Amino acid sequence: MADAVVTPAAPWRGYLDAPDGRRGIRSWIFSTDHKRIGVLYLWSVLAFFAVGVALGLLMRLESIAPGPTIMSARAYNAFFTLHGVIMIFLFIIPAVPASMGNFFLPLQIGARDVAFPRLNLLSWWVYVTGAVLALLAMFAGGHPPDTGWTFYVPYSVRTDTNVSLAVLAAFVLGFSSILTGLNFITTVHTMRMKGMGWFRIPLFTWGIYATAWVQVLATPIIAVTLLLVVLERVAHLGLFDPVRGGDPLLFQHLFWIYSHPAVYIMIIPAMGIISEVIPAFSGKRIYGYRAIVYSSLGIAFAGYLVWGHHMFTSGMSDTARWIFSFLTFIVAVPSGVKVFNWVATLYKGSIDLSASLLYALSFIFLFSIGGLTGLVNGALAVNVHVHDTYWVVAHFHYVMFGGTGFAVFAGLLYWFPKMTGRMVPKAPAIVAWFLMFAGFNILYLPMFVLGWMGMPRRYYDYLPELQPLHVMATVGSWILAAGLVVLAATLLRALRHGDPAPANPWGARGLEWQTPSPPPTENFEIEPVLGDERP
Amino acid sequence: MTEEGGHGNARASRMGMWLFLFTEMLLFGGLFLVYAVYRRGHPEAFHAASGELSLAFGAGNTILLLTSSLSMALAVAAFERGLISRALALIGGTIGMGLLFLVNKGLEWSVKFGHGLYPGAAVLEARDPGERLFFSLYFAMTGLHGLHVLVGAGVLGAVVVLVRRSGATAERHGPLVENAGLYWHLVDIVWIFLFPLFYLIT
Repeated sequence: MADAVVTPAAPWRGYLDAPDGRRGIRSWIFSTDHKRIGVLYLWSVLAFFAVGVALGLLMRLESIAPGPTIMSARAYNAFFTLHGVIMIFLFIIPAVPASMGNFFLPLQIGARDVAFPRLNLLSWWVYVTGAVLALLAMFAGGHPPDTGWTFYVPYSVRTDTNVSLAVLAAFVLGFSSILTGLNFITTVHTMRMKGMGWFRIPLFTWGIYATAWVQVLATPIIAVTLLLVVLERVAHLGLFDPVRGGDPLLFQHLFWIYSHPAVYIMIIPAMGIISEVIPAFSGKRIYGYRAIVYSSLGIAFAGYLVWGHHMFTSGMSDTARWIFSFLTFIVAVPSGVKVFNWVATLYKGSIDLSASLLYALSFIFLFSIGGLTGLVNGALAVNVHVHDTYWVVAHFHYVMFGGTGFAVFAGLLYWFPKMTGRMVPKAPAIVAWFLMFAGFNILYLPMFVLGWMGMPRRYYDYLPELQPLHVMATVGSWILAAGLVVLAATLLRALRHGDPAPANPWGARGLEWQTPSPPPTENFEIEPVLGDERP
Repeated sequence: MTEEGGHGNARASRMGMWLFLFTEMLLFGGLFLVYAVYRRGHPEAFHAASGELSLAFGAGNTILLLTSSLSMALAVAAFERGLISRALALIGGTIGMGLLFLVNKGLEWSVKFGHGLYPGAAVLEARDPGERLFFSLYFAMTGLHGLHVLVGAGVLGAVVVLVRRSGATAERHGPLVENAGLYWHLVDIVWIFLFPLFYLIT
């Protein structure tokens, strides 16, 4: 496909050499090149991922024995709050769309850049502003927030911790997310190359596109809700305060009207990565392209209608509860369609068991566990038993970390040669995968059992008979962390010493493989060719 | 650092603006939802509290904003026909009316503050919970709207400066002026809903 591209004699650095010859940090943080902005985002989200992991490890260490171990109860509350805020708002929501989406969406549709390059740079700066606010909430005197990332009222209005700052940070980060979504929708609508009809758009771009709509249509609701929390704290509006006639349940509704669709902001782009990686390493075209497109849109749409399943025990009419429960089961169908299509793509494929594919296969396995346990949560009667327990913690870590997290690594390994022009050595990446996969399951599988036995989430202390499983989970967290360290070391080493990457090392489809690795600033030196076949 | 993207592309910039307006509507939509829930719970109290708002201020402000939208629409039309200086004068009129709206709003708020009708004030705390919710919503919603009027006026001011400085042409700056106008109309439309919901339900 890409034999027209000849590797030049001097080391080719593509977009990594700024066009005007500028070097250094300024050529990055003020660049409007979508590739550079994607890389900026990638470094930012991975840095915050590391902070979130560190907080999580310390929490697990605290829980290795009942009673105080390494921190106070108050510190523990701050830890799980910050772990949640960082992982949700600073890592997982921007992780795929803003970093890899930014880099690859224009390439995949044969465009030179996104529709609004300056707005794109602004989004990153807004993200950084939000991140600084979040860090201030942690370290700027007073107590760090201790409400959990959900900021439930009335506690979030009454606590004397830095909730206003943290909430403001989430508000600002939401604004960044909206701007990115708006930019991507417009890009996909107006900048596709000639001849690329809607059903020839690569599946990763479809995923980012569906997600962008959720970002645009759901985020404003949480923005105004968080604004109201700040006003409650500062101006004593009383809109959520039962003593003054307000209704705290209304906050939960408004919060989850955004935050449930937000779960799909986190997972749909990850599914897009998997839909690229699996066919690339199966030597086949994706099975059921249209079904995957429609299921992405289906998830994005149905995801709006299920927020009530977070509130089954909060107080709702029985009618509302069974409708939300029913819709929750419906939303599992498109996810099932995708899993079926991925497995069907692998069937009779010529499989190249690369590190990237191993992460993608783990995604299918772990996401399926997370998804199926989600159905258990969605069943009304069982939900009462498992609500707010470790069961739920295990469920969403299987979906978010086992799902999106592993997809991020699959995508990182898949696109690393394209982004950096360097190959990643296979063996250490596979060692990292093995450690992460094993550690992940040792960490989170016991949590299902713990939850079933009645271990409440966010608790500092627990009954002694629960200790063996807690110890197992903590040991798992170490193995997982070891895997992350190996992967980070492998990637950082490859960044400098990896073998030069050809334009299309995997024999993959997709226009991004028709340009040199790394791509030139203007993306394509020669017009990319849209093949006859669908992606 | 070239700008070959959407900045020269009128279709893209129009689409981006409409998407942004969607998000603004949803932002206010959340507040309208809160309003709907509490009005359903406290119909009499909302009715009574609404009577304390000044219809004259509200109606005057409605006329101001509607007129400002008219002058904005005329400005966009003039700009498209290349009548740049007329367009800028009309935008100036729009900004002026927007600022007048804010002055009115400020006066109105200060009267309410003088009567102790604000969240946390002893006078209001002694009232029915429904009336307290009404005034909390009144300040939150008109406050957020006022902020949008301020931002809108700022955006229009920036447009005037940009156009004057760079020798505008209808082709190059048409989408910019049009988008700024769209934003102003959004500010107007939100008020069209706020006015009856707060002032006309007695």
